[in-house]
Amino acid sequence: MARIESEIGVPKGGFMKWIDDRFPLTETMQYHITQYYASKNFNWWYLFGVLAMVVLMIQLFTGIFLTMNYKPSADEAFASVEYIMRDVEWGWLIRYMHSTGASFFFIVVYLHMFRAMLYGSYKKPRELIWIIGMMIFFALFAEAFSGYLLPWGQMSYWGAQVIISLFGAIPAIGETLVEYIRGDYSISDITLNRFFALHVILIPIALIALVFVHIVALHHVGSNNPDGVEIKDHKGPDGIPLDGVAFHPYHTTKDLVGIIVFLMLFCAVVFFAPDMGGYFLEHANFEAANTMATPEHIAPVWYFTPFYAILRAVPDKLWGAILMASAVLLPLFLPWLDRSRVRSIRYRGWIYRLALTLFVISFATLGWLGMQPVDSIYVIMSRIFSVVYFGFFLLMPYYTAIDKTKPVPDRVVYHG
Amino acid sequence: MDKATRIAVALAALLAGSDVFSATSIELESAENDVGDVSSLQRGARNFMNYCSGCHSAKYVRFNSMADDLQLSEDQLIENLMFNAERTFETIQANMAADDAARWFGQPPPDMSLMARARTTDYTFNFLKGFYLDPDSPTGVDNRVLPGTSMPHVLWELQGFQTGVFTEDANGTSVFGHFETRTSGSMSPGEFDSFVRDTVNFLEYISEPIASTRRAMGVWVLIFLAFFWVIASLLKKEIWKDVS
Amino acid sequence: MTDDVDQKRRHFLTVATAVTGGVGIAFAMYPFLASLKPSARAQALGAPVEVPVGTLEPGEMIRVMWRGRVVFILRRNEEMLSRLPLSTDLLVDPDSAKEDQQPEFAVNEYRSMKPEFLVVEGTCTHLGCAPIAQIDVGPADDWFGGFFCPCHGSRFDLSGRVYKGVPAPDNLRVPPYRFIREDLIMIGADSGAA
Repeated sequence: MARIESEIGVPKGGFMKWIDDRFPLTETMQYHITQYYASKNFNWWYLFGVLAMVVLMIQLFTGIFLTMNYKPSADEAFASVEYIMRDVEWGWLIRYMHSTGASFFFIVVYLHMFRAMLYGSYKKPRELIWIIGMMIFFALFAEAFSGYLLPWGQMSYWGAQVIISLFGAIPAIGETLVEYIRGDYSISDITLNRFFALHVILIPIALIALVFVHIVALHHVGSNNPDGVEIKDHKGPDGIPLDGVAFHPYHTTKDLVGIIVFLMLFCAVVFFAPDMGGYFLEHANFEAANTMATPEHIAPVWYFTPFYAILRAVPDKLWGAILMASAVLLPLFLPWLDRSRVRSIRYRGWIYRLALTLFVISFATLGWLGMQPVDSIYVIMSRIFSVVYFGFFLLMPYYTAIDKTKPVPDRVVYHG
Repeated sequence: MDKATRIAVALAALLAGSDVFSATSIELESAENDVGDVSSLQRGARNFMNYCSGCHSAKYVRFNSMADDLQLSEDQLIENLMFNAERTFETIQANMAADDAARWFGQPPPDMSLMARARTTDYTFNFLKGFYLDPDSPTGVDNRVLPGTSMPHVLWELQGFQTGVFTEDANGTSVFGHFETRTSGSMSPGEFDSFVRDTVNFLEYISEPIASTRRAMGVWVLIFLAFFWVIASLLKKEIWKDVS
Repeated sequence: MTDDVDQKRRHFLTVATAVTGGVGIAFAMYPFLASLKPSARAQALGAPVEVPVGTLEPGEMIRVMWRGRVVFILRRNEEMLSRLPLSTDLLVDPDSAKEDQQPEFAVNEYRSMKPEFLVVEGTCTHLGCAPIAQIDVGPADDWFGGFFCPCHGSRFDLSGRVYKGVPAPDNLRVPPYRFIREDLIMIGADSGAA
């Protein structure tokens, strides 16, 4: 470690000193990279943060190149996507990277969030990191939803029709709100144009800002670890946590391996299955939007379906919308719902382990149910799993309080 | 429509049969085509230009890009496939004006550029094979996979005419059983199958012309990443020797 | 713990990873750069155009569009052609010696395939303004007719050759073209389209 610091960490005079006198470059690099200490016992669950960053970069970069050829108008949007796919040199690759990136963003973010639930990363003092993270998640929903309208296919159009109509469920202002969102009396060229503005300007800026704040907050309190112990409680004589290793070169080399594995999966989809059997690119979206006819078979994109299943489990418009909104918002309160004295699942009792397992099962099943046709058996299943979903959160203060925890070790467990 | 009804309609649309794997619940025979088979694609292109392009456009497909992919020379392209186009960089347009078509068929025949992708190749295969005699229909035929289609049986000279044998299930809805040949066409059933297979193979090709290229390229990308993975893993192991 | 580290191996692996990563990034960048060039549609729209010139009277000029740019087609009469040698000494490059500003066939005093037909792009080689045709001999002694750019005062003679002492550095470009028939010019690269 000493070697690395002597190479990178110390201002050397000359050009770097000139910069450092005017901008804290070396200091910033040290604070966030070369002297940011994170636990040495990170497992592969800890990759998803950096992977989310990688996908964000892919989306921003490919997105910029797509906007160079895309036309946000009802008459031209669909054709301009096909133009990208066929006439623009390599346009197909850029488009597939972007469409695949959208789904991978959610895969990575869902797993990143699950990691936090496994190891109690949202618990004190990391509540704000979690809340900022949830805001990133909401922004991502808005980004995905606005982006899905842009190809102006059948699914784009009718999906947006349904989701925007949901806002009409709000009493008194609903109808007006829906018109303000659409800017028209139905989804139209005007809606497409403003969704384009949101998708390529407002939400990306918000995402970047939130990600920045997310990382600043994280580096301020320090990363959690699979044991949920504070590595800062045990520092060496040099003030460095005994169980911490510098982000660079230790976590960077480790993350690089993870990023390459991720890219292999990503490229496998981009090059061999960009539709992913209709999950990532829905078949019906290869037909241009037809305002006269709803496609016969349609479902939201997979990352929306768990919440969508909750929406239609309720036979009441307003309550369906309220429950769906609650399902999305509830995780925000995890830091205060969780009353357990320990962070990591490694030292929690059987009750939380069972609850988390049930939660995962219910979330996955709801996701599957959200793609199925309305059938009485599916509606009943949706209700059962919705109850499990809400139960996980609402009963958490009780079961985490009574759950028998195991003693937490002083130091992290590491098998070098 | 009031707001509630509008939402209900839209919701029902989203909810109704959202099986993402197939565009239809009707049992489909596999087309067993191969987009890598260039000679099949060449035959399919000829079939498309002869039998389909009178009514159907493929407005995103450029003749010259297609000729490159199908390994056709410019002369072959112009002589065999470009009946209604002047320049090789033009896209495939239908011979018939869209409003004429709309008047004759009730709606303009859809563009074929993405049909195989939107409906699946198997669907188009079964659709083209699925016309059967129906005296009640204005075109004299109906279709097994798209009942009530306004498309006539364009390939009747090749396939002949067939009748559909339907049975009723427990709920009283009629279920397709099989076809019975009424008059035979100029092709044997086997010949007709491969004719349709070539045609839908071409439709699959135009729905995503880059498909073969991207698969071939993907192999090299993955090989490169695998190599990178080996090196990066060795580096990680080496660096982490510091950590105990 | 740093002492028993094989520094050579570590250095080699670091460099190998950086190089492989760099190669990967270069490969990944290529499609994005390539996507910037004219697309198949732009190429289709920029395909050669056919211009009938049979009705063009001697001394008359028409403007046609090719690849979104103006092309001047001037049918010079005998009197105009006789004026060409007059300006020779006033020109930067009277013999079209600079390459890539005209096809091989236009490296001559007329800068054209056939002396009477001048085909040049109507884009000033200074900063891209559109020169104005001033075909008649001017009031000044050193002006024998040609093209005048209103933006910055560049002057070109009746063969599109640039005068000395003006901002434009080069002669007006001659696009690739050929005569399909006596009275039909095709402007644009002679390949691809039927």
